[in-house]
This record gives sequence, C-alpha cells and structure tokens, in this order.
Amino acid sequence: MAQLICDHVTLGYDGRAVISDLSFSVRAGDYLCIVGENGSGKTTLMKAILQLQAPLSGTIQTGDGLNRHAIGYLPQQSQQQRDFPASVREIVLSGCLNSSGLSPFYSKAQKERAHRNMVRLGIDGLARQAYRELSGGQQQRVLLARALCAANHMLLLDEPATGLDPTITEELYALIRSLNDEGMTIVMISHDVQHALREASHILHLGKAQFFGTTQAYLLSPVGSAYANGQAVGA
Amino acid sequence: MIDQLAYYLTFAFVRNALIVGLLTSLSAALLGVVLVPKRLSYLGDGLSHVAFGALAIATALKLTNQTVLVLPITVLMAVVLLSAGQNARIKGDAAIAMLSVSALSVGYLLFNLFPPTGGNISGDVCTTLFGATSILTLTQMQVWQSVGLSALVVLLFVFTYHRLFAVTFDENFARATGTNARAYNVFIAIVIATVVVLAMELVGSLLISALLIFPAISAMGLFKSFRAVVLGAAAFGVVCALIGILSSILLGTPVGATIVVADIAGYFLSVLINLVRRRVG
Repeated sequence: MAQLICDHVTLGYDGRAVISDLSFSVRAGDYLCIVGENGSGKTTLMKAILQLQAPLSGTIQTGDGLNRHAIGYLPQQSQQQRDFPASVREIVLSGCLNSSGLSPFYSKAQKERAHRNMVRLGIDGLARQAYRELSGGQQQRVLLARALCAANHMLLLDEPATGLDPTITEELYALIRSLNDEGMTIVMISHDVQHALREASHILHLGKAQFFGTTQAYLLSPVGSAYANGQAVGA
Repeated sequence: MIDQLAYYLTFAFVRNALIVGLLTSLSAALLGVVLVPKRLSYLGDGLSHVAFGALAIATALKLTNQTVLVLPITVLMAVVLLSAGQNARIKGDAAIAMLSVSALSVGYLLFNLFPPTGGNISGDVCTTLFGATSILTLTQMQVWQSVGLSALVVLLFVFTYHRLFAVTFDENFARATGTNARAYNVFIAIVIATVVVLAMELVGSLLISALLIFPAISAMGLFKSFRAVVLGAAAFGVVCALIGILSSILLGTPVGATIVVADIAGYFLSVLINLVRRRVG
C-alpha cells in the first residue's frame, strides 16, 4: 500500500491542462524528487497534493496511515513572511495546529512536540528570537521544524535550497537525508538535478516527456540522460 | 488641570465617550495586527468609505437606528473585497479604490438630495467624515452597542488567536494542514467591518485607518514575538485613545483628529525608542 497515489491526474488552470494524465505513487520511506523545466507544473502538482487546488480530472489519494492534512509542507518563502513579526517558537508551534481539533489553545504535548523538533534541527537556542532577524538558512530550519510538527510520515519540500549559499545548502540536504534515514518519506521539488540524482530513490520528471521511476531507471531513460547531461554541461 | 479633568469626568457623557473610545481603539488595534502583516492596510480605509455611503443611505431613509443598515452593508462589502483581493492582487486593489470613491461620492450626493431633518448638510457630512463632537453626544444605546461589539471582538480574537496567527503568517500551510483559511478570511472581514462601523462614531470615516494601522506598525517595530506585538498594539491603541480623548476635552479640539495626532506621536516615539535601542544594543 502506497502513502500517496496519483491516478491519471490532469492539472491546470481555467480548463487548460499543465500536466496531463500523470500517474505515480510514493511508498513509505521513499525519497522522491520532482524535476522539470520552469512551467512544467511542479508547483501546481504540489498544490494539488496539498489540496490547495483541485485536479481537472483523476484522483490524488493518501493511504498507509497517512492523513492528507498531516503532510509536512515546506513552502518557498514570500517577502511577506520574511518580515513577519513572530518568534521562532510561535512559528514552529503553528505546525501543531492540525492536531488541535477544536481546542483554541495548544496542549502540553503539542508544546513538547514543537520543542523536540526545534532541538532536532538545532534551533532550540533561537526559540525566543524574532524570525525576521534570522539568516536564510536559519529561517529554512524554522519552517522545516514547523513542517515536522505537522508531519507524521511525509515531508513535501518546495525547492528548499532557493537562496541559500552552498555550505548551508549541503547542511540542509544532509538534514533531509537523516530525516529520510529515520523513516520520513520525502517528496521534493528540485531544480538541482545533481542533488536529485545523488539523493533521491525515485524521480518524477515533468514536462513534454513525463517520467516516473527509480533514479537508476531515470538515468538509463532517454529523457533522464538528456536532462541530467544537459544540466551537468550547463552547470 | 487634574481638577478640571475630575470635574469633567463627573459628567456621564464624558465617561461614555471614554468607554467607547478606549474599547473601539482596542478592537481596532487588535485587528491591525492581522491586517498590516497581511498587506491589507488599505482594506480598512476602503471599508470606512463604504460605511460612509451606507450611513448616507440610512439618513436618506430616515432610519432611527442607522447601525441596522450600515453594519450589514459594510460586512457584505468587506467579504466581497477580501475575496476579490485573493483572486488577483491588482484587481482587488483597483476594486477597493473604485468602491471607496464611489461610496464617498454617492454618499455625499445622497446627503444633499435627502438632507437630514433639522441639520445642515456640510456640518453633518463633516461630522461623519471627521467624527467631530458626535462622540460626546452618544446615546446610552450606542454605548451598550459599542461595549457589546468590542467585547465580542476581543473574545473572538482570544479564542481564534492561534489559527488567526497561522492563517496570517502562511495561508497555504494553514490550508494544507486542515485549517479552513477561507472561513477565517471571511471571519476577519466581518470583524473588520464591525470595528470600522464602531470607529466611525469615534473618529469619523476618514480617520479610521489610523486606529487600525498606527498601533500595529509601532508594536511591530518594537517587539519580537507575535504575542508581544498583539499586546503592545492593544496597549498602544488604548493609551493613545486615552491621551487623545482627554486632551480634546481639555483643549476643546475635535476628538477624532486629536486621537489620531496622539497615534502619530506614539508612532514617532516608537521609532525613536527603536533608534536608541539600536545605538545602545
């Protein structure tokens, strides 16, 4: 039984399809990277998985004990967030809301969960700091800790390395690697093909030619070898 | 001066003005903390013009309790504007500008076509736009109305605080993790409209934005956590309203404009504190 199943999904806006007839599934412990050119529908797919946008046709379902509202989402940051007045602790705690039910306040268990995740990502010392005064890498860790509070089994990351310098990027990738080793399923949009090929167990390539399969199979496929080499030469 | 104040405070209408003024400023300051980070500062301004237009209609219809008409119209427009703003940023922006200027001109036209009984038009329009002295002539009914609505705003704010925070900070994340962000946006729209209608009696429709924005902006500069910003903005709003109302009584100046001037002074004080803190720290 897979955790996430996309079955013949067509996505788009105003009846115009961006992604047509896409099928793939993600199993517990997988590390899936979604790659493809700009405009190939990566973010649209992510919105559909998160139920922010309904598919034009087809279905997206979760299974294997994964609650659709318990997918830990790491969005790309907006300018509005970068200067938002909030402390690190408040933002991490807001990830716990999906386990609040109707209660208007946070329980002790939720506060402990938030604290554990801050410790896990090494930001517990920053708990009372203002989010907007942190560096880009620290802010990314705060949002990742928030995602972990919301997630039991799966993280969904939207180009997490955007705007980070190479050292911080490697640290972030190592962190995601260790989370995956602990059993967390990872679904990541990435424009960094070299990283995707190195880390991911599966690749989903969006664009004119769609591909879904293991990373090894991707490298052997025409679309995969062309994209990987093109990127390597370009970089 | 203290004696003079104590003397004034023996009058019920002065105490009423204080109660309504402080409560309204408190509600407006709380909402500002949601509006300003969401980049919706202009919404309050647009709505205040809508409320002016609605008041003109109520006057033309010669309603005794104008809130019965003004509140529903303003709430409706708030919901419409907030959902328009979500679909397309620029379209929403233009929609608010169009609606507010239309409400203002149609409202003024109505005031002229159907002048209020026994009043002079320019005086009444001026009162509605700038608050003038209407706060000192509140009826007992209006006082209770404002106390009730403010209490409701504060209670709702307390009980939805964490979800309001989540929706304000990151709407997509909140929706993805199961918070009904659309419902919260509608809720925010309704509460803003209510506060705008409340505040119109206090400072007049042209000056309402000040009550919403100055406390939030000042507190955002001074504090690190959202909770401190909320409490700071609430305190800022109440203190400035208190200073403004008392000064206007002592100096005989228009209440609304005096409160706004107190807000402006408070804002510059917060900027100054920030500068000094940065120098020292």
